[in-house]
Amino acid sequence: MKKTIVTTLVALAATLMFAAGPAQSKDLSGQLEIFSWWAGDEGPALQALIDLYKKANPNVEVINATVTGGSGVNAKAVLKTRMLGGEPPDSFQVHAGQELIGTWVKADRMEDLTFLFKEQGLMDAFPPGLVKLIGADAGIWSMPVNIHRSNVLWYVPANLDKWGIKAPMSWDDFFAVAPKIKEAGVVPLALAQNWTANHLWESVALASLGPDNWDALWSGKLAFDSPEGVKAWELFGKVLEYTNDDASSLSWQQATDMVVDGRAAFNVMGDWAAGYLSTTKKLAPGKGFGWAASPGTGGEFMFLADSFGLPKGAPNRDNVLAWLSLLGSQEGSDAFNPLKGSISARTDSDLSKYNDYAKSASADFGKDRIVGSLAHGVTANEGFMNDFASVMEMFLKSGNAETAANAAQQIAAKNGIGK
Amino acid sequence: MPNRDRLKAFLTLLPSMILIAVFVYGFIGNTFWISLTDWGGVAALAVNPVRNYAGLVNYQELFTGFLGGGFRQDLVNAVYYSVMLLAGAIGTGLILAILLDNKPRGEAVFRTIFLYPMSLSFIVTGTIWRWLLAPQGGVNILPTYVGLEPLKFKWLSSTGATLEFNWQNLLPIGLYILAAVLIISGLMIVRQNPSRALRRYLLPGIAITIVTWLAGDLLPKALFMEETHGFNLATIGIIMATVWQYSGYTMALYLAGFTGISQDLRDAAMLDGATTAQYYRHVALPMVKPITISAVIILSHISLKMFDLIFSMTGPDNAETGHPALNMYLTTFRANDFAKGAAIAIILFLIAATFIIPYLISSYRQRRVR
Repeated sequence: MKKTIVTTLVALAATLMFAAGPAQSKDLSGQLEIFSWWAGDEGPALQALIDLYKKANPNVEVINATVTGGSGVNAKAVLKTRMLGGEPPDSFQVHAGQELIGTWVKADRMEDLTFLFKEQGLMDAFPPGLVKLIGADAGIWSMPVNIHRSNVLWYVPANLDKWGIKAPMSWDDFFAVAPKIKEAGVVPLALAQNWTANHLWESVALASLGPDNWDALWSGKLAFDSPEGVKAWELFGKVLEYTNDDASSLSWQQATDMVVDGRAAFNVMGDWAAGYLSTTKKLAPGKGFGWAASPGTGGEFMFLADSFGLPKGAPNRDNVLAWLSLLGSQEGSDAFNPLKGSISARTDSDLSKYNDYAKSASADFGKDRIVGSLAHGVTANEGFMNDFASVMEMFLKSGNAETAANAAQQIAAKNGIGK
Repeated sequence: MPNRDRLKAFLTLLPSMILIAVFVYGFIGNTFWISLTDWGGVAALAVNPVRNYAGLVNYQELFTGFLGGGFRQDLVNAVYYSVMLLAGAIGTGLILAILLDNKPRGEAVFRTIFLYPMSLSFIVTGTIWRWLLAPQGGVNILPTYVGLEPLKFKWLSSTGATLEFNWQNLLPIGLYILAAVLIISGLMIVRQNPSRALRRYLLPGIAITIVTWLAGDLLPKALFMEETHGFNLATIGIIMATVWQYSGYTMALYLAGFTGISQDLRDAAMLDGATTAQYYRHVALPMVKPITISAVIILSHISLKMFDLIFSMTGPDNAETGHPALNMYLTTFRANDFAKGAAIAIILFLIAATFIIPYLISSYRQRRVR
């Protein structure tokens, strides 16, 4: 009985809110707890969103619960204990895709947001491939706030001119110039600690497999230990020969610094590096630093997205719905993304607010083939990602492509990839 | 009125007994139960997750499975780490204690300085040492101050390893270690009791060695494939940081022990013509044997539970410095494999118990003798 009343009320509130537009949303009150790992450099971007939310809903007290730690390693553990303890936050940050679906949707902890997407007209605002990749077959489970690109190659144009080389279009191009750079005492490709090896692997594997086989890998149609899969590891092993040997003690910023300082020629990193290079290092996009799709992946956009979801049993469901609508709106995403250094998932964002890098990424996002990232949770569940880190450690130590491919296939079977 | 006293004592103790029964032993039992299930995988975090009894599968996978390689390396790491930490912290602590026991000038100041690292949290220690051991800074550039080449050693990320062995040969290696322990204990008592030493220790030790050496190939292999593990050089950095933190603590333990030895004994030893070295070797050290034992136990179970220091120094996914405790955390809370995480926890618990239970039994016996 109680449940019916609540549902009716919620439905009523939702209808009211969306029928009458933002003016009615002033009626919302109570609290809204937002759980994320955006505490450091990303803090201001999140704050901009919260400010917008507060302006629209002055009576809602927003609790900004952040747990620090790169890519959410600590936040995710805290979130799990909270969910297990029956105390879910109202809305939490999560990488869109299988990282969310494999952990929370399969556990029946999330609400389907399809109704919200339809109400807000988001089905058409996002590129068609995206909605498919962030949802399972039965529903859409989170609201993407931003889009990052994983397969980007970074360099300093002036340095390349000095060494007389160009940004490689393919790995063969890279292998043609790499020995020359190496002889000059420059690291051809800067690498950092282990997760960046996973990050590099996905770019190399995408180049080796091509987008169709990459997708087939994750739908279970292509085995990791197939000849194509082994080839990807072999290529990756070859690429590793041209990386720095102190990689595992460096943070990704330090690897990017090597490129800036001219100690390394290239670096494959996600496009948060653009924010780091332009904001922290004060380099002008295009002049101070240059970028290209990582070798062999031109015309392909390997994406990852941060998103927020609605857990079942969230204490303040209405407030969350207003929050999610804000995240999906043009206003919200154009307030957040220029500060975060990412691009909006919407195809109609106001590009004048973004820097040159983001403009070019936005253009690519509109026309490229979109594929999901492994290292950042789009294509595989958390069990696979954790085990893949061990496979990577094994490969970094042994360099045996065959064994690594076999191991990858075993963990895929164990974690139900493609099921 | 002894009965009423007993009742009162029982009632006073009852709350803590219940709490310990529930929150310590109950939860150990629960963890053990979880380790026997198949809780994990995609729906692990559902409101009512499906948990089927699976027997010892998790343990089996950890020790013999293809994907348990990381865990086995972590276990080997933990053993080397414990041994090195014990040797380092007890050795350094003992030397410091002996130096301070001879009352140099400014003893109190030194005592405070040496004990100070103990007051830092592991996270702080870990962060400081991570910076000190950075490849292109800290310790590595020290030689440049005296005009030498900087060191090139990668303290926390070296991929080199020594003392490697093949996990397949675990059984023969275990037997050799057992034989070595027997022979050494035999040699230690051979002077007091030659026949017993020969019968109980030396002959069995030598027999095991010969049999293993001759028939070692017939023993079952511990794993279906070749897998080498060893002492990873990157662990040296972690060991240095832990020794730095804990040698002051063992120093304090020994210093308290030395101070408790009556000055008369020392004077008597000196009168009999003992040198300082002889005094410590034959008089002081045997008298502080209980302290050595408790230091070994405290340090060994600290090293088995070590998490925060390693996490802050090398972070997750660094196989070179991995530790079962880190593996347990990541397996449980990142991979959502609760059953396997529980299995790792139980294994750690059992290893720690092998250190602590003999100690508890012997101290219990001693008390009853008194």
